[in-house]
Amino acid sequence: MAAGVATWMPFARAAAVGWLPLAQKTMPKPPVDKKSRSDEILFVNVSGLRFQTWKNTLDRYPDTLLGSSEKEFFYNEETQEYFFDRDPEMFRHILNFFRTGKLHYPRHECIQAFEEELAFYGIIPEIIGDCCMEEYRDRKKENQERLAEDTEAENAGDAPLPPDATLRERLWRAFENPHTSTMALVFYYVTGFFIAVSVIANVVETVPCRPIKGSIKDLPCGEKFSVAFSCLDTACVLIFSFEYLMRLYAAPSRCDFARSVMSVIDVVAILPFYIGLVMPENEEVSGAFVTLRVFRVFRIFKFSRHSQGLRILGCTLQACASELGFLLFSLTMAVIIFATVMFYAEKGTKGTTFSSIPASFWYTIVTMTTLGLLITAIHYQLLIQLLMSLYFHLQYLFMWGHVGLSDLLSCCVPQDGDGDSTPLCVKNRSAFEHQHHHLLHCLEKTTNHEFTDEVTYSEVCVTDSVGFRTSRSTSLSSQQGATTTCCSRRAKRRAFRLANSTVSVSRGSVQELDTLHVTKTPAGTQYPQSRSSLNARTENLKLNCDDYTAAIISIPTPPANTPDESLPNSPAIPGILRNSRSSTFNTQETVKISSL
Amino acid sequence: MGLVMGTFSMQSNKQDRTYRKDKIDDDFEMSIVCHRPEGLDKLEAQSNFSKRELQVLYRGFKNECPSGVVNEDTFKQIYAQFFPHGDASSYAHYLFDAFDSAHSGSIKFEDFVMALSILLRGSVREKLMWTFNLYDINRDGYINKEEMTDIVRAIYDMMGKYTYPALKTDTPKQHVDAFFQKMDKNRDGVVTLDEFILSCQEDENIMRSLQLFENVI
Repeated sequence: MAAGVATWMPFARAAAVGWLPLAQKTMPKPPVDKKSRSDEILFVNVSGLRFQTWKNTLDRYPDTLLGSSEKEFFYNEETQEYFFDRDPEMFRHILNFFRTGKLHYPRHECIQAFEEELAFYGIIPEIIGDCCMEEYRDRKKENQERLAEDTEAENAGDAPLPPDATLRERLWRAFENPHTSTMALVFYYVTGFFIAVSVIANVVETVPCRPIKGSIKDLPCGEKFSVAFSCLDTACVLIFSFEYLMRLYAAPSRCDFARSVMSVIDVVAILPFYIGLVMPENEEVSGAFVTLRVFRVFRIFKFSRHSQGLRILGCTLQACASELGFLLFSLTMAVIIFATVMFYAEKGTKGTTFSSIPASFWYTIVTMTTLGLLITAIHYQLLIQLLMSLYFHLQYLFMWGHVGLSDLLSCCVPQDGDGDSTPLCVKNRSAFEHQHHHLLHCLEKTTNHEFTDEVTYSEVCVTDSVGFRTSRSTSLSSQQGATTTCCSRRAKRRAFRLANSTVSVSRGSVQELDTLHVTKTPAGTQYPQSRSSLNARTENLKLNCDDYTAAIISIPTPPANTPDESLPNSPAIPGILRNSRSSTFNTQETVKISSL
Repeated sequence: MGLVMGTFSMQSNKQDRTYRKDKIDDDFEMSIVCHRPEGLDKLEAQSNFSKRELQVLYRGFKNECPSGVVNEDTFKQIYAQFFPHGDASSYAHYLFDAFDSAHSGSIKFEDFVMALSILLRGSVREKLMWTFNLYDINRDGYINKEEMTDIVRAIYDMMGKYTYPALKTDTPKQHVDAFFQKMDKNRDGVVTLDEFILSCQEDENIMRSLQLFENVI
């Protein structure tokens, strides 16, 4: 129930007087309130800081530690106060929640500590007020990401390998954490060096060199020293291929490795060479082949294994993917608009460069980027976000120093918004709930109808035509104790005695009907008028507080006269087992049925 | 002339014993009303509650409605939370009218306390009179079938859709007919206050149940 509703309970109950002249049945007895009615001030000592509050304030939330009888465990007889050995600063916020009904998240506090306090006091974080919810969510996400990195770092940690590690494991270790062995370090630097060499060679071979003797035209160096360059290229590709194959061999999960971004980059970097090998010396095709060589530039991305900063950048970009996408989209829109405008503006003029709209694109793009105004405005937030996350990540990395984080691109954890603290279970029903149940019970008596739930209701609609005898008594339900805690579940306690049908059921206390049990009673047990609470029926039905099972009503039938026949499944209520054997059955069976 | 004006203002001051401050803030579109109730002593004298009980009541009231008044929407929201199965808004509307004796559109703490005082601590006759007032929607002194049907339908609405046995469309009507059968002594189609009180006093169930909520506070 929402905040503060407990305060209005006396009013709601008083308003029930209005139903009394209409009531068709006698009203149930009100719950006996053993505790004294007068309000008192409670003293709560939290690590030396003494708080005082009305008892009623704490009673507003009977599902929490302070609102339930659980706080009695912390009561100190000598000092007549409740003592908690917890953080007194945090307790302020907790107590304010009781007072105002709104939970605020203090910005200066660590989110983990805050959640722990909430868990201790039995308050779920989801009720944090709107004012603080966003801050809370952001901090939580940050924290989770940090934790994920943490666990990854631990997993990829420096712990020495067990002595019986296979060659594969050693190899993988060497690749992932190069500093663990000298060989790995050497290999790491060698590959790095060759990546650099390869990239530089790609660049240099296009630079015009002095022409060879006898020719006038400037040649690009690539053609002048074609042999040298091709040897260099071959050597690099060989080394890269060797590295890739070794990694593939050493990877614990080859499929995952093959699908990872880094390996894709590796493949793309060396593929052009091999394609060139198999390509015939065909004029047309070699043109396309030349284009493929462009992909050699992707070798530069191989540096991301060597640079954690690059990986962080990649991770951040991935995190900001949606913003980037939007940015690109809006840029495209702007470009098209302005290009169109320019084209039509210059249409009449002769000799204009804006011969068509696409021709205007280049002008528009250049102008926009040169001006930079639009870019900066949109980029601003993106930049800030990038820089902040870079800063945090690098700071974190700096603190952890040499720990080699394995592929950081996987650090972008999926969004997970649910709180991980669960409210403490209150075993005893509070006075408030008793009163609430009594109120609902009075309403039932007034109208001579009972609350039930959707499933029962739909089943009853089916049986309506057949006119089964049903018997029930609810007089016990409001006075029995500990099985249900909430009014909505109270309605689920029903047992139908269907005269000629074979399965009698009762509903347990469940939150959701995940699995349904059909319980058949042993022969000879006379079911009493059985809508009584679970306590009375525990031995027959094996239902208890912790047992999240619900037995179903199996409602047969088409309007058949002989329910003894076996009945087909009614399509209206899928998934419910129909069983209409005769009325004698010897064993108690439970049949599990998958959820609806 | 000045004397007359002086006496006039003094007179109005005397009448206005309740410290009622209506601050209308022109900066905002709506007016912010802050109402303070009468003194504790006066309320204690007028109602059947002790000072402590009034303190408890007021603390709860003030916490939920810092402005000191409850308007109809808030009232409906509060009441609806006790009846999650169905729709409590119609019955809450009738309740609101019954609580708001001055028909001002909002319930002040005094209204709240007076109504609770009758319902929880009043005599049988007072309770029945209050209930009659609740049923008599147009406050004409008679309960006719339409009014009763509205009330009964509002009560059935609170049950919600999923009931056992299932609600039929004429269930409220049958209920109203049964009610009139019992209450309308002279069969003239309306129930007057005296008929109502008399019939209720004859019914043991009703008499007994009226004592039910006495220990609520």
